[in-house]
Amino acid sequence: MPGSPLVSRRLWISALIVPPLAFVALFVVYPIISAFAYAFFHWNGLARGEFVGFANFYKVLFTQPYADWTVNAFLHNVWVFFALMVLQNGLGFLLAYCLWRELPGAAFHRISVFLPVVLSTIIVGFLWKLFLHPLFGVVNISFRGLGLGGLAQPWLGQDSTALWSLIIANAWHMVGFPTLVFLAGMQRIPGEILDAVRMETESEWTKITKIVWPLVAPSATVVFTLLFVGSFNWFEIPYVMVGLEGSPHGATDVLGLYFYRTAFGNMSGSGQDFGAGSALAVLIFVFIALVAGIITFKLRAREIQI
Amino acid sequence: MNVASQSYYDRRGILAALGKDGLIQLILILNTAVMLAPILIMLFAAFKTNAQIFQSPFGIPDFSNVANITKIWNETNFLRYLMNSVIVTGSSIVVILTLGTMAAYAVARYKFWGASFVLMFFLAGLTLPLKLAIIPLFILMRDLGILNTQLSLIVIYVAMGLPTTVFIMTGFIRTLPNELEDAARMDGASEPRIMWSIMLPLVRPAMVIAGIQNVVPIWNDFFFPLIFIQKDKLKTLPQGLTTFMGEYTTDWGVLFAGLLLSSAPVIIVYIILSRQFINGMTAGAVK
Repeated sequence: MPGSPLVSRRLWISALIVPPLAFVALFVVYPIISAFAYAFFHWNGLARGEFVGFANFYKVLFTQPYADWTVNAFLHNVWVFFALMVLQNGLGFLLAYCLWRELPGAAFHRISVFLPVVLSTIIVGFLWKLFLHPLFGVVNISFRGLGLGGLAQPWLGQDSTALWSLIIANAWHMVGFPTLVFLAGMQRIPGEILDAVRMETESEWTKITKIVWPLVAPSATVVFTLLFVGSFNWFEIPYVMVGLEGSPHGATDVLGLYFYRTAFGNMSGSGQDFGAGSALAVLIFVFIALVAGIITFKLRAREIQI
Repeated sequence: MNVASQSYYDRRGILAALGKDGLIQLILILNTAVMLAPILIMLFAAFKTNAQIFQSPFGIPDFSNVANITKIWNETNFLRYLMNSVIVTGSSIVVILTLGTMAAYAVARYKFWGASFVLMFFLAGLTLPLKLAIIPLFILMRDLGILNTQLSLIVIYVAMGLPTTVFIMTGFIRTLPNELEDAARMDGASEPRIMWSIMLPLVRPAMVIAGIQNVVPIWNDFFFPLIFIQKDKLKTLPQGLTTFMGEYTTDWGVLFAGLLLSSAPVIIVYIILSRQFINGMTAGAVK
């Protein structure tokens, strides 16, 4: 039977590939394409109404109060991204550099810095919410115990500190991730290069800025991109610690909360709007894809192949 | 003079090195304290009364006082939530590894028309935040009639996990040598038999990495249950946690006991398998 092995080979490959492909097509590609389409329709609850062009986009970008909410939430996300860039990725780089020297105890430090990363964001959020409680939280109790009662404040209850408190909780949770990605990057730097540097200079600063930093560029590309995507998708920590409304009065509102409220309604059960929600999702999505693409492209360009 | 300057130089080098290493140790020790303190405070508080928590948050408690723990165990659906998380996570991982290995094996071991397209198709899903497609997903689940079932979660987790899994597995399977496969083919073994008996046993290490990379985000996920699951008896652990955290708002010992019990499974497994966890969870980011 000539040709039969070829046919059966084709069948075999199809049998391997079609089920996973169909799965991704149905539950990833189709929903994402639909998300774009849905934004152009009017919605009555769960039922799709007539085609309305860009009306939903116009609504969330240019009509009040949506426009103010959109800008307010977006600026908070920008703020969160830059703050975490320093507190999470910056600190992660420093810690990776410290761990890289493999001093006694480095293995233990490595395990402990990554421990919070494996915890659920929900657990981390509740834990810090309890710690930051104005009266009974361990943070304020400690300040009072140290005679620094003046520093004790309602961390999550006032505009000036609420967003920062969420950022700190997030940094505590995730700092281990960039740390270990950077560490893996440093461990791949060939020994000869480091020996050569040691001959040339004693300055730790020169070594970091001229050698280590450029050579861990691939790790930097990855953690910067992931942080960017994560910052603009931020949802769980604020949801648990300050609630859907981004209390106090919108001081911690971010796109994730705002999108959820718009699409599914808030706690009082009012205002479910799939049209405006879809428009927001599309805007966030396009923004993330564009900027993440640019970040990756720009950073890739400065990577050096070892 | 030469000797003197040499030894001076050495001494300075040693001192500088000691100072530098001392600073590094200090940074690491401080950081570890900051990382572990919240977890220890949680552990201690789970065995304390309200008064003890507020008066001495850092004090070591009497660990035989398990009133808070038994309260969580007996009065909430904790065990039910835990079982739900095990069922959902376990099923998702099995399906992800099965489908992921199938696709990766085909792309990595066979030359066929469209192979690179298939890989691109999976890679496209790699960084797309599926959260933003939640409205169409919600409608899709409703149309399929699986809203408010564990199947809706399993399906979405498999979709989320497949791209990275295919990515990791393809890279690994490509590195396997051809000799064994070719020898078996010469002997007339069928393609399924070659895959099952010869190649799959070699792929196990990559499956462990891919499994761990998926298991942590799935076990910890909160967003999709929040949208898909309303029935209390189907809630997963992170979702159930928000339920009983809302019920015991004034009983801090119980709140901490709830957090401790919810985090204990992951913490224990992590301590035993920390190397595999770290490798697995950074696998997508470390090339």
